[in-house]
Amino acid sequence: MTNLKLTHYKKQLLPLSALFMLSACGSDNNDTTEVPPAEDPAPVISSYEITVTNLSHAQPLSPVAVVLHSTGQFWTIGESASEELEYLAEGGDNSFILGHSMVESGESGAAPIAPGASETISISIEDNDMPLLSVITMLVNTNDAFTGLNAHNLAELAPGDSWSTTAHVYDSGTEKNSEASGTIPGPVDGGTGFDALRDDVDFVSMHPGIVATEDGLTSSVLNKVHAFDNPVAKISVSRTE
Amino acid sequence: MKLRNLILSTALLSGAAANAAELNIEFQNLTQGIYFTPILVAAHPAESSLFETGESASDELQMMAEGGDISGLANIIAGVNGNAAEVQAELTAPGMSRSFALSTDANNTVLSLTSMLLPTNDAFVGLDNWTIPTEAGTYTLYLNAYDAGTEANDEIRGSGAPGQAGMPVPPPLEALVGTGGSGVTAEETNTTVHIHRGNVGDSMNDGGISDINSSVQRWLNPIAKLTVTVQ
Repeated sequence: MTNLKLTHYKKQLLPLSALFMLSACGSDNNDTTEVPPAEDPAPVISSYEITVTNLSHAQPLSPVAVVLHSTGQFWTIGESASEELEYLAEGGDNSFILGHSMVESGESGAAPIAPGASETISISIEDNDMPLLSVITMLVNTNDAFTGLNAHNLAELAPGDSWSTTAHVYDSGTEKNSEASGTIPGPVDGGTGFDALRDDVDFVSMHPGIVATEDGLTSSVLNKVHAFDNPVAKISVSRTE
Repeated sequence: MKLRNLILSTALLSGAAANAAELNIEFQNLTQGIYFTPILVAAHPAESSLFETGESASDELQMMAEGGDISGLANIIAGVNGNAAEVQAELTAPGMSRSFALSTDANNTVLSLTSMLLPTNDAFVGLDNWTIPTEAGTYTLYLNAYDAGTEANDEIRGSGAPGQAGMPVPPPLEALVGTGGSGVTAEETNTTVHIHRGNVGDSMNDGGISDINSSVQRWLNPIAKLTVTVQ
């Protein structure tokens, strides 16, 4: 709540201070010949609000990575996951995705999104009104399940337009779905997140779902309450500018 | 009068040409551990179909769903003058894609697809009478797994022959499927074509209730992605 207020305050403050600087500039130049500044066109800003709703029963979603980019995609079914994706899918750490060379504009969610909860994340980009949008977040009570949106083209979204979709659950294929104690970073286990070892199929696929103790995997720390189905999240996009 | 006839027939011809289509079809296995048997992809008249949910499977569908044998369904397509894409004999492994080219005749306005899932008793991926768009473009479809309802899902090694219990285990699956399971169930209470409830499996390679690996050989729908490009 405090963070939200601060952001709002800053937004109001910035235009005021910019105005003050301009007028100060103007008075300094009063006694000199006005030289028109070189025409540097003001950047065109495209702004979006991305709302992610967690549709699962008991799978918190890790802080969301929201990314605008022009090329590429963050995963391909049937192909090996990038290490950046592995960090997110195994441990919920979005910093490597946000630091990826494809990223032109990136924002992180403030906190994990609890089941049933939503978060709205604002993101802007300069001089690109047809960016690709990717949204990635981990289902934290799993070994390496993630969901999101992969390089969705926003070219046809005009200011004022909204669009929404639902998202499937994917498996990064980088960590075996052992469901074992110590391997799941979410609150059910508090185990290890990222591990560079790749002991699974090593390609991204749709997630097969969890097994849990009720279905005979006695070594599992998961119960059927942690089960999920497709879709697991709703993603809404509004273009505000 | 002759001129009028000519115009009329030209109009009919162009109308027919608008319905015939050149399709490029890419099928992708989205699962982590399920294989697909050779895929039947066919355009056919809307009055016919390869399967109907909520109805009993035909003998031909049963052959496909229990053993991967699409010859019966291919005969049905041929019998209604449908257009089937060339069948590729290999299994489609997890994560893999397969491309098909299909030229359709004017009357064949819908597209259908079937392929058995391995390891299962009688699960198949299906597309039932999707109307082929007349507008050129690329269309993405997600496909679900169905249960033919013709065999109990005992999940143990057995036969791919219609009406015989157990799962067929062709070579690539041989090393991936367990042995000695006691059988998950001997009953199939819904004997119509329905959405598959999924594999149960177990975590024992030798013994347990199932010969299926519960951590890998499961799925959630959708299990396949179909990208159809209408030229």
